[in-house]
Amino acid sequence: MNKARTNPFNTAMMHGALILYVLIALFPVFVILINSFKTRKAIFREPLALPDAESFSLIGYQTVMKQGDFFLYFQNSMIVTVVTLFFVLMFGAMAAFALSEYRFKGNMLMGLYLALGIMIPIRIGTVAILELMVATGLVNSLWALILVYTAQGLPLAVFILSEFMRQVSDDLKNAGRIDGLSEYTIFFRLVLPLVRPAMATVAVFNMIPIWNDLWFPLILAPSEETKTLTLGSQVFIGQFVTDWNAVLSALSMAILPVLILYVIFSRQLIRGITSGAVK
Amino acid sequence: MSALTLKKVNKSFGNVHVLKDVDIEVQNGEFVVFVGPSGCGKSTLLRVIAGLEDATSGEVRIGDELVNNTPPSKRGIAMVFQSYALYPHLNVRKNMSLALKQAGQSKAVIDARVAEASRMLNLDPYLDRFPSELSGGQRQRVAIGRAIVREPKLFLFDEPLSNLDAALRMNTRIEIANLHRQLGASMIYVTHDQTEAMTLADKIVVLRDGRVEQVGSPMELYNNPANQFVAGFLGSPAMNFFPAAILDESDGDIMGVRPEDLYLSDKGKLGANVEHVEHLGGDTNVIAQVNGHQITARLFGQHDIDAGQNVRLGFKPERIFRFDAAGARLS
Ligand SMILES: Nc1ncnc2c1ncn2[C@@H]1O[C@H](COP(=O)(O)OP(=O)(O)OP(=O)(O)O)[C@@H](O)[C@H]1O
Ligand SMILES: [Mg+2]
Repeated sequence: MNKARTNPFNTAMMHGALILYVLIALFPVFVILINSFKTRKAIFREPLALPDAESFSLIGYQTVMKQGDFFLYFQNSMIVTVVTLFFVLMFGAMAAFALSEYRFKGNMLMGLYLALGIMIPIRIGTVAILELMVATGLVNSLWALILVYTAQGLPLAVFILSEFMRQVSDDLKNAGRIDGLSEYTIFFRLVLPLVRPAMATVAVFNMIPIWNDLWFPLILAPSEETKTLTLGSQVFIGQFVTDWNAVLSALSMAILPVLILYVIFSRQLIRGITSGAVK
Repeated sequence: MSALTLKKVNKSFGNVHVLKDVDIEVQNGEFVVFVGPSGCGKSTLLRVIAGLEDATSGEVRIGDELVNNTPPSKRGIAMVFQSYALYPHLNVRKNMSLALKQAGQSKAVIDARVAEASRMLNLDPYLDRFPSELSGGQRQRVAIGRAIVREPKLFLFDEPLSNLDAALRMNTRIEIANLHRQLGASMIYVTHDQTEAMTLADKIVVLRDGRVEQVGSPMELYNNPANQFVAGFLGSPAMNFFPAAILDESDGDIMGVRPEDLYLSDKGKLGANVEHVEHLGGDTNVIAQVNGHQITARLFGQHDIDAGQNVRLGFKPERIFRFDAAGARLS
């Protein structure tokens, strides 16, 4: 047994540190949530106070609902995020399988080339990407965002997934080959379920930056029909006046879907079905 | 007719030459065991036979068919792995029937074969369980069952027992021997446990560094090893080796004598200082130093010997094996 685990003092310290971290991390979210339910005056007078009978107001939510097509933005963000995650996981896992499973010339180089993407931020190429999107007529379409985010997410996905796939038992794959399974079946039915926790990790890592991104929506898809939630919320932030009620309400609502997606993936993170496969 | 013929099989990974000119013939219905130290290429050889690796050069024939370019599932083989390699998402019944389903067999045939295999291996109570709900021994039986239902021409076992505890290992070993008798199929069995090799094999193939050192029945190899490596590899405790010079003999450079061929005798040629004694009840193992060489004697029955004592060990001259400096046997 690990000594650090059994020592009650260490356990208390560990939990104390974790609880402290949770409090610090959740504090801004908490402040946003409570203030979204307050009148503008109350927000500025006592930012940390809970809404009471006097300061309670739904004005922010009403503004958000009235102004702009909030549900469309919502839908756009959702489509972009989910489709991107699907592509990143699917292509990332396939590339990772090829890199980890097959010996071919340039295997090593290919892996390094893909890993390079982790180190070079994709925003450096913004101008070129914009030109490309204009040339292909994809500007102001959700595809522009999906393609860019997929490219942005793939390197890390391939890197993490190939590391995990190397650990999947060779015997299991070989047993499948002897039983006549195709390489696709081996990939989808044997390997993917065993790397599900890694897939969930990759999904979570990719999801949040995409959901929150302002840069590419602003440059590639700023039209009314393709605005994402983050971009849509910006209308409330003006150069001279900012409608704080609306901003806070929009942010509060934007947290929800990410939270739901996160819960879905984190359940996968925890579920270990590997036991019993080998040994 | 032979079940398997390997002709001058070589296998390299990049510039690592793992298998070197391997020639092996397995007769129909024969139980052949590959033994050798860790890393000598046993698993690689088995994977080449199964088609999971391509031979760099040489011929692999199963039955009388050249299978160098045949995929594993079409070679008429079945393999049992050390790590069981059961499909985690399928229950025992589906684990066993998957290959037949892939091959397009009818449901009636599949059910009959699974029922038969399950009866032979006493798996009936577990058919609807998942691999994670089985013990190690049960998992290995399922893996064996998965091989049986395919009715292969050739069974391949890669150290199937090494994850099991000693008692279970012995039971499963007997089970595999029974299976071989009942099915009459050709089997190749890889192990580095020489007890398994001696007890199961019709024929043993001793490998070292990717080369075949000697092929023969267990007793042939035991009584008539071709070289010092084979002599030292088979038998437990291992054969004792010492320079011929100790006995002032000129025949050969190295002499070998099996521990059970040594006995206590006042006129024995070897003066030994006892280092350690293992009392096993039926036998007594005496580990002693002779002129700075460690020698093990296996004495029948119980003996009252203590560490530090000086004894004399004798042997019959005809029980001596002589080798030259390179390890080759001198007759
Ligand atoms: N894919 C590979 N690439 C490079 N070298 C390999 C590969 N597979 C095996 N080898 C090398 O081939 C040699 C033989 O390996 P193999 O697994 O066949 O040994 P083994 O006899 O089965 O050993 P053990 O008893 O430990 O299972 C080893 O030296 C190993 O390093
Ligand atoms: Mg091996």
